[in-house]
Amino acid sequence: MAGLRKFLDRVEPMFSPGGRFAKLGALYEMIDTFLYTPKDVTRSAPHVRDAIDLKRVMTYVVIAVLPCALFGMYNIGLQANLAMAEMGLTAAEGWRGSVIAALGIGYDPTSIMACFWHGFLYFLPVYIVTLAAGGFWEVVFAIVRNHEVNEGFLVTSMLYTLILPPTIPLWQVALGISFAVVIGKEVFGGTGKNFLNPALTGRAFLYFAYPAQNSGNDVWVTVDGFSGATPLALAPVGGVEAIEAAGYTLYDVFMGFLPGTIGAESTFACLIGAAFLLYTRVASWRIMLGVLLGLLGTVWLFNGLAGPDSNPYMHLPVTWHLVAGGFAFGLVFMATDPVSASMTATGKLVYGALIGVLTALIRVINPAFPEGIMLAILLANVFAPLIDYFVVQANVRRRMRKYV
Amino acid sequence: MEGLLGLFLRAVFIENLALAFFLGMCTFLAVSKKVETAIGLGLAVVVVQAITVPANAVIYQFMLRPGALDWAGLPDVDLSFLGLITYIGVIAAMVQILEMTLDRFFPALYSALGIFLPLITVNCAILGGSLFMVERNYDLAQSVTYGLGSGVGWALAIIALAGIREKLKYSDVPAGLQGLGITFITTGLMAMAFMAFSGIQL
Repeated sequence: MAGLRKFLDRVEPMFSPGGRFAKLGALYEMIDTFLYTPKDVTRSAPHVRDAIDLKRVMTYVVIAVLPCALFGMYNIGLQANLAMAEMGLTAAEGWRGSVIAALGIGYDPTSIMACFWHGFLYFLPVYIVTLAAGGFWEVVFAIVRNHEVNEGFLVTSMLYTLILPPTIPLWQVALGISFAVVIGKEVFGGTGKNFLNPALTGRAFLYFAYPAQNSGNDVWVTVDGFSGATPLALAPVGGVEAIEAAGYTLYDVFMGFLPGTIGAESTFACLIGAAFLLYTRVASWRIMLGVLLGLLGTVWLFNGLAGPDSNPYMHLPVTWHLVAGGFAFGLVFMATDPVSASMTATGKLVYGALIGVLTALIRVINPAFPEGIMLAILLANVFAPLIDYFVVQANVRRRMRKYV
Repeated sequence: MEGLLGLFLRAVFIENLALAFFLGMCTFLAVSKKVETAIGLGLAVVVVQAITVPANAVIYQFMLRPGALDWAGLPDVDLSFLGLITYIGVIAAMVQILEMTLDRFFPALYSALGIFLPLITVNCAILGGSLFMVERNYDLAQSVTYGLGSGVGWALAIIALAGIREKLKYSDVPAGLQGLGITFITTGLMAMAFMAFSGIQL
């Protein structure tokens, strides 16, 4: 390892201002600080001594999301293997079939390893394409605009991958992450300067641009021709009865054993991540509490208002709302994104509550989007700066009354 | 009553004049630098919209519509070709009155809005509101609701945009995109977020 350090030190002058590759300085900086602790220190006041910095915050989020990712890989493999068993298929098509045959792991839905590796073969290409396409734009902007490549992209790429359907064509993955990185983030100046959550921006872009490959009942299981309706798609049809008739139990949905996105389905895995994020104080508990209360209140209101002949979705009890779909994932990883959320303490509660209310509203009254939380968070991102503005103004007025 | 509430919500969120129809863009982009001014302009638009749409509805129903002059003994007269010029005239008069009122009672808001207050006259959101009213054949109650709703929707959009632009002061936008360029992109992204409401049947 010492040799690598020496090599990096030897080539550094080439990448410093005045060197031959000065333009690629951002690239050098990225590799260097990725591998080693940066040696730059602040020399002038003010000083803050703290163990936590942007790099660590971002790394913590990636660690927190790992349970979701690992479980997601297992789950898409499980769903694929179950579907194959049901349809009587014995081997997957294409290169995945060859890899699985070469490894000799088979397609047994009861075997954890078989499911995991099958799912992994779906996760990996999507993730690699995301990293390559998004990383390309990050580096281009870093070089042209002369800023550093930021760790924020590690989080964005991971979250973005996990909220995609497993069957998505790879060119759409690249297109979506390009839109997210360029239009959602870099035109505003990079990490910390955007106003929408980049991962959600990319996902929503794909959702509206290519609905056939990004929504509906056919995209959630990787086996061709297999259609699996998600619980939330069944809720408007017949409420809890329809969901249970399709064979989903509350436990299945809570654990995430259902057709769905690559890694955003398991409420259980999200709770592990949430515990970690709250313990390390990376995510704001105010936002999480706000989202929870907002959803609870609105769903209870709907349940109270629902008559015998109203939309069955209005009768859906709050327990199902909490565990179904990407609600937990959005609550833990998307809503708490510190850049696009409100910044003030009161504002965070209001912002969270807005997300909760909008999620329930979009789920129940908008038949086009049975999911909901993704668009709710984007919409709340739009109003987050405004919430801050009013909180600050109220504070100014209060202190004026007190002291002037 | 439920129908009117649905109409109001549809005008505010689903058929938002600024973010679904992209009407009134010139003022939307130009007067959204500060939240305070945006609130003032938003209120002005709500007021103008809530007055002009019902006023134009009355004029349309009783004077311009084919057969509207039945009460005057002229059942065959169709004055709907006078529509555009009448609506603009009504809007211009209303804005003039509003301008004088603001000048007299709220001079700070009056000077903050500056040239954009007279420009409300030619704000396509305002005329658009009246034309949608005619096209959808709203009666008086509906046109009051629609005028109020579409105004509130437009105001909500511009205030949200102003909030975002105040935040974007701390961003680092490439030189070529500063100012209007990034505002266009912001508006587009906002419109994408507002698509969450598209498809709602009320």
